[in-house]
Amino acid sequence: MPRPALRLAVEIDGDGAHPAAWRRAAHSPGELLTPRRLARVAAVAENAGFTLVTLDDSILPPGSDAGPAGRIGAVERAAFVAASTSVLGVAPVLATTYAEPFHVSSQLASLDHVSAGRAGWVVGVETDPAAARAWGRPPVGGPDATAREARDGLRVVRDLWDSWEDDAVIRSVATSRYLDRSRLHPIDFTGETYSVKGPSIVPRPPQGRPVVLARPGIVPAGLTDVSLIGGGSVADVVAAADDSTSPRAFAEIEVALDTPRETARERITDLERYAPWSARPDRLRYTGPATGLVSLLTELDGRVDGVRLHPLVLDEDLAVLSRLVLPELFVRRTAARPLPGTTLRASLGLPRPLSRFTTTDGAATTPVREEIR
Amino acid sequence: MTRTDPADVPRPDALLHLGVFFQGVNHWTIWSDPSSGSQIDPASFLRVARTAERGLFDAFFLGDGLRLRESEGGVHELDVAGRPDSITQLSALAAATERIGLVSTSNTTFNEPGDLARRLAGLDLLSGGRAGWNVVTTHNAWTGENFRRGGFLDHADRYRRAEEFLSVARAVWDGWAEGVVAGSVDARSWAVPGGVGRVRSKGAHFDVDLVPTLPRSAQGHPVIFQAGDSGEGRDFAARQADVVFSAHGTDFDDALAFAEDIRRRLRAAGRAEDALRILPGTEIVIGATEKEAEEKERWVRLEQVTPAVALGIASRLWGLDLSGRDADGPLPTEDPVVAAYDGKFGTRQLGETRETVAEWRAKAEANGWSLRETVIELGPQRGHVGTPAGLAEKFARFVRHGALDGFNVSPYLVPDGLDDIVELLVPELQERGVYRTAYTGTTLREHLGLAPVG
Repeated sequence: MPRPALRLAVEIDGDGAHPAAWRRAAHSPGELLTPRRLARVAAVAENAGFTLVTLDDSILPPGSDAGPAGRIGAVERAAFVAASTSVLGVAPVLATTYAEPFHVSSQLASLDHVSAGRAGWVVGVETDPAAARAWGRPPVGGPDATAREARDGLRVVRDLWDSWEDDAVIRSVATSRYLDRSRLHPIDFTGETYSVKGPSIVPRPPQGRPVVLARPGIVPAGLTDVSLIGGGSVADVVAAADDSTSPRAFAEIEVALDTPRETARERITDLERYAPWSARPDRLRYTGPATGLVSLLTELDGRVDGVRLHPLVLDEDLAVLSRLVLPELFVRRTAARPLPGTTLRASLGLPRPLSRFTTTDGAATTPVREEIR
Repeated sequence: MTRTDPADVPRPDALLHLGVFFQGVNHWTIWSDPSSGSQIDPASFLRVARTAERGLFDAFFLGDGLRLRESEGGVHELDVAGRPDSITQLSALAAATERIGLVSTSNTTFNEPGDLARRLAGLDLLSGGRAGWNVVTTHNAWTGENFRRGGFLDHADRYRRAEEFLSVARAVWDGWAEGVVAGSVDARSWAVPGGVGRVRSKGAHFDVDLVPTLPRSAQGHPVIFQAGDSGEGRDFAARQADVVFSAHGTDFDDALAFAEDIRRRLRAAGRAEDALRILPGTEIVIGATEKEAEEKERWVRLEQVTPAVALGIASRLWGLDLSGRDADGPLPTEDPVVAAYDGKFGTRQLGETRETVAEWRAKAEANGWSLRETVIELGPQRGHVGTPAGLAEKFARFVRHGALDGFNVSPYLVPDGLDDIVELLVPELQERGVYRTAYTGTTLREHLGLAPVG
């Protein structure tokens, strides 16, 4: 099946994908945890034409011993970025391993409201037992239990987003009713380890459901919108995209680009004085000039729906991406930038879902509509 | 207009502090007026926050509620409901405002300290030291049905949990030594070795072991607000809070008595009397003349207490379904059915039902009030009504006599309900020297004149 032009996402957590990226950052180390720095990175990503930024997170410290020890929560950063930008999608990482799904649902629904429909969610999992101790919760041990908490959490979150029908606020002055309670639904979720009553305390998000992104195997593909696929070679990535049953597939790519002063190889070598940049089997890696990355992405065009880039050093690689890579992709129509006033869901060509609790009795039925805003 | 003689008042130089409470639930927010805007659109929050900032307010305040209120066997339909997660909304406002404090009401019963302390610290950093936390507790299992841990706490236990929660949160906020982050990219490591502490806390409610991930903000810690009015709540405030958000700000003597009670509890807790700011919640209805203000208040009350709202309040008091009755007629003649409090309609209880009903009947009969008028007249005191000059005089007296430090104002209309307060009342307060003419600090703690965190 032919796919439309690529959509581009970029991970903006910390100073970059390399554990020692902070050593090549264009700011002092302490500046990392300031609103000014966050707003600047977001503005560069938005102006460059990225559709989406993702924000990694955990309750645990982000780095290795010598790396950054600090990180502001991804939801807080995402809401701040949303209010600092106008077309950029924002997707924090959140794990329901220990977090209350009710809170996670409210936070993401609220992020969708503050961003006017630009919210996504990168489904995370906490596998380190230290996370349980930091949360003060009994540890969730083993892959089966971790998968169960991720799956159940996602189900609860989605159902809570659906628990207000789009037209639940009626403001009927004649009957003195602000809400129509028949359009609000308890979710009555009962899983193996807990239950959640609902409905949500937040009205339905502008997108209906914020865009759910996940690596394959973390949660059932049928509950996600975008699969974050990877592989060590283009052939592996294409095979993973073909295998994916999520509506959209984004390839995970680490990038280190030549800058005007140094080659990518020289920059990596410099950072490897401090820490290795270990290859991951679930991510492509591109090292070299901007033209080569344009070629790689052109090769992937039509094979995947988008890519998520993990730049070696944000301050260096984002500049090259925004000057030499993205403009060329837009000129060639290999990739597309988000249109003003468009939701993230619409940018990705995904339909706006009806609430699964939608009532069918005449007046309460909402017509299925294509995303037009 | 006369300036108060400094010799007559205990605090001649005291300044009034204002916050705005964007309520988001209950019938005090009028939704039926054509000027009433969205309760969820970010533009509404931005409009209110920016108006407050233009008026040099200390704080923008959001409430919390973790289950939709219910009545008559379903979700309560008559009032405004549905609101954003407060820290998420405030993190967005941090990017769109410059000076105003951003206060989140967050629950200690259904959160965990390691997580919530981190979220609040993040808001504090993103706002440049403008975050506040209104510490609230819940004890009903009905709310717990939305959470994997369920509901469990009895009334006394919830404050013990809150106090232990706060102590863990403060340890998290203090986890990083001053100057722990390297000054240059050439340093041996990003953080000075040993500069990031580890928080280990094992108490009756929490068993936590974590490494904090954020430094202190420009104001050290988020400012702690407390709103409970019980003896336990007041003691909690006296021991732990920076600001008490009270319900004693309408009648001068009542406000003064509350303030003196709080000061007594502060002394008993070993804290200075000026360690805490008292900001009662209030509505402020302004008219060009006293008569106009009273007419406006009458309109406000009738819009807030519609016939359906009046019948709903009476139904809950009587324990009977009165929805078919005439709100503009007399009070129900039936005896009330005293039902056990089930927690499903917020935490406000209507008191001893039989006594209350007897009082309602006596006053309604004496004044010739209908049921709806009775609900309006005998409902909770809602605040202050008057001309800008008259209100400014009154507020100057309150604050200069130490009856309060300011108000947390609930606009009865969103998003433009704050406009006349900022445009008409604030200049009158400034003229009397009882209100700032510019922000003098950048943090919420500085706005409130609180001592730096030790």
